[in-house]
Amino acid sequence: MVAQETFQFFSLVEKMSAREVYGKKMAEIGSKDERIVVLTADLMRSNRTGDFQKAHPERFFNVGIAEQNMMGIAAGLALDGKIPFVSTMATFATMRACEQVRTDICYANLPVRIVATHGGLTTGAGPTHYGQEDLAIMRSLPNMTVIAPGDPNQIGKVVEASIDWEGPMYIRIGRGGEPIVYKEEYKYEIGKAITVKDGNHLALIATGSIVFHALMAAEKLAKEGIQARVIDMHTIKPLDKETVIKAAQETGAIITAEDHTVFGGLGSAVAEVLADEGIACKFKRLGIPDLFAGYGEPEYLYHLYGYDAEGIYAAAKNLLK
Amino acid sequence: MADKATVERLKDLACEARKNILRLCHKGATHIGGDLSMADMMTVLYQYGMKYDPQNPTWKDRDRFILSKGHGAGCLYVTLAMAGYFTMDEVLAKYREPGSPFGEHPSGEIPGVEIATGSLGHGLSICVGLALAARLDGRQNRVFTLMGDGETQEGSVWEAAMAAAHYQLGNLVALVDRNMLSLDGETEKLMKLEPYAEKWQAFGWNVEVIDGHDIAQIVDVFDRLPPPSANQPTIIIGKTVKGKGVPCMENDANWHAGSIDAEFLAQCCAELDAARERERGE
Repeated sequence: MVAQETFQFFSLVEKMSAREVYGKKMAEIGSKDERIVVLTADLMRSNRTGDFQKAHPERFFNVGIAEQNMMGIAAGLALDGKIPFVSTMATFATMRACEQVRTDICYANLPVRIVATHGGLTTGAGPTHYGQEDLAIMRSLPNMTVIAPGDPNQIGKVVEASIDWEGPMYIRIGRGGEPIVYKEEYKYEIGKAITVKDGNHLALIATGSIVFHALMAAEKLAKEGIQARVIDMHTIKPLDKETVIKAAQETGAIITAEDHTVFGGLGSAVAEVLADEGIACKFKRLGIPDLFAGYGEPEYLYHLYGYDAEGIYAAAKNLLK
Repeated sequence: MADKATVERLKDLACEARKNILRLCHKGATHIGGDLSMADMMTVLYQYGMKYDPQNPTWKDRDRFILSKGHGAGCLYVTLAMAGYFTMDEVLAKYREPGSPFGEHPSGEIPGVEIATGSLGHGLSICVGLALAARLDGRQNRVFTLMGDGETQEGSVWEAAMAAAHYQLGNLVALVDRNMLSLDGETEKLMKLEPYAEKWQAFGWNVEVIDGHDIAQIVDVFDRLPPPSANQPTIIIGKTVKGKGVPCMENDANWHAGSIDAEFLAQCCAELDAARERERGE
C-alpha cells in the first residue's frame, strides 16, 4: 500500500496565531461587504479586531464586559440584515451567553458568526477560562454550524466561506501559537473534511489544534510501517458523514482526537455516525477526560491527558494490537 | 394634548382588545393577568404610535416591535389581528393547536412578529441591535419593546440599558408594564425594583411615568417622544393593574395565567361593554 501525502505540511513547528489571522481577515473583508459588523466584549485587543475598528469604526461595537447583551445585540443586527462577527472567549460565548445564542440567534436562524477564541485548554489559564465543553454545547443547538479550523491560517478561509453560509456559526480558534498544518494553497469547504494524509491501516480524525498532533503521530507511525489516514474534521456540525463512513470501511480503526471533553464533541459525533450506520470498527476517543483540567501550557496538558502526538501514537499502537 | 375623538376611538379599540383577549383565554390558557394590564399601551402603540404596513410585514422602514415579555403573547396576537396582520378568527382557530405557530409564546413565524420571545430579559438587547442597524442604514424608524416589570429583575436588561444609553439610541423606546406583580406575588416583596424611574434615569434614559390605562396619557407620551435622531433612549413606565378590566382578576397574582369558561367569558364581556358605556356617558 502506498501512503500518499495529500498535503505537504511543516514538520518543523512553525507557529501562527489564528487570532492575528482573524483580525487581518476581518479588516479586509469588512471593506468588501458593508453588512459585516464586528462585536466584542472588552476583548478587542485579545480578539485582534483593532484593525477592523480602525478601518470601520461605525461598524465596530465593543459592548463592554456583557456577553449576554452582546449576543442579543448581534441577533438584533442580524435580524435587520447585518452579518455580525462576535468574538469573546469560548467559555463565555457558550456558557455565559448560552441562552441568547440558542434562543435569540439559533431559533431565529440568524447569520451571526461567533468567533470564539481560547478554545479547549489553549489558554492554560485554568478551568474558569477553558472552553472544554463548547463544541458539545454548540453542537446540540438546532441550526448551528460548528467549526474548529485545522490550523491557524484556516480561520481566514472559514471567514470567507462564512459570508454566504446560511444560519448561525460557531467558529472556535485557539489562543495562538498553534502550528501551521497547511503550507500549500488548498480548497476549503464548510462541511467537507480534508484528508490531510492518506493511509489505510487506521484513521486519525482530529479537529482544531489537534490536527497537527495527529499528523505528527501519523509520521511516527509511518516510520514503523503503519499508514494512518489523517482527517482534518474542521466542521463538527454538519459532520462529513461520508468521510467518516469511508474511513471506517477502508481502515477498520478510528481514533478521534480533540482539545475538548470526550463527551459530546468530535468523538461523540463520529461515534454517533458509526452507531447509526451499524458500522463496527475499532474505535477510541481521545480528549479531555471527565474532569476540570489543571493549569499548564497546552503542550503539557495535551500530553497529560493523552491527546498530543505521543498520546495519539500510543493509542494507535494500542488499538492495532 | 390628545384630541377627544382619537381618545374615544382608542378606548373603543382597547375595550374590544380586552374582549378578544378574554375570548382567547376561553380558547386556551393565556397569561391573562399580564395580557389585560398591557392591553391599553399595546392598543395605543399599534393603533396610534407605530408606523407599519400589515400588507408588507418586512417593509424596511417600519417601526419594529419586540414583545420582550413573551408570555404576553395573547395580547400580542389580539393586537396584531386588530392591526390587520391576520384575523381574530384565525387566532381563535389556531391558538394552542398542535403544530400552530400561535402558541403560548410568540413564534417568529407569525406575520408581524419580528422574533420569537418568551425567555425574559432578551428583548432589550435585540432592540439595541435593531436600533444600531437602523442608525447604520440611516433609517428613521423606531424600535419599540414592551417588558414586564418583573422581567427587569433580569441582569441582562441592565446590560442592554447601559448599551442603549451609551450608543445614544434615541430611536429606541421601551415600555414597561409596571403592574407590580409577577408569578409569585408582589415585585416589591419578591425582589424590590423601586426606586424604579430613578434607576432608569441613572442609566441615562429619558424616563416617562404614566398611568398605563389612561389612553389620553399614553397618546400624549407618544406625541412627545423625542425624534429617532435624539441621543437618548426613552422608557415609558406605565403604571398598570394586573387583570385590568375584569374586577375579580385585578391585582390578583392568582390570575397570572389560566383559562376561563364560556359563562365567565360572557359575563366579563358584558361588564366590559357596560363599563365602556358608562365611561362614554361621563
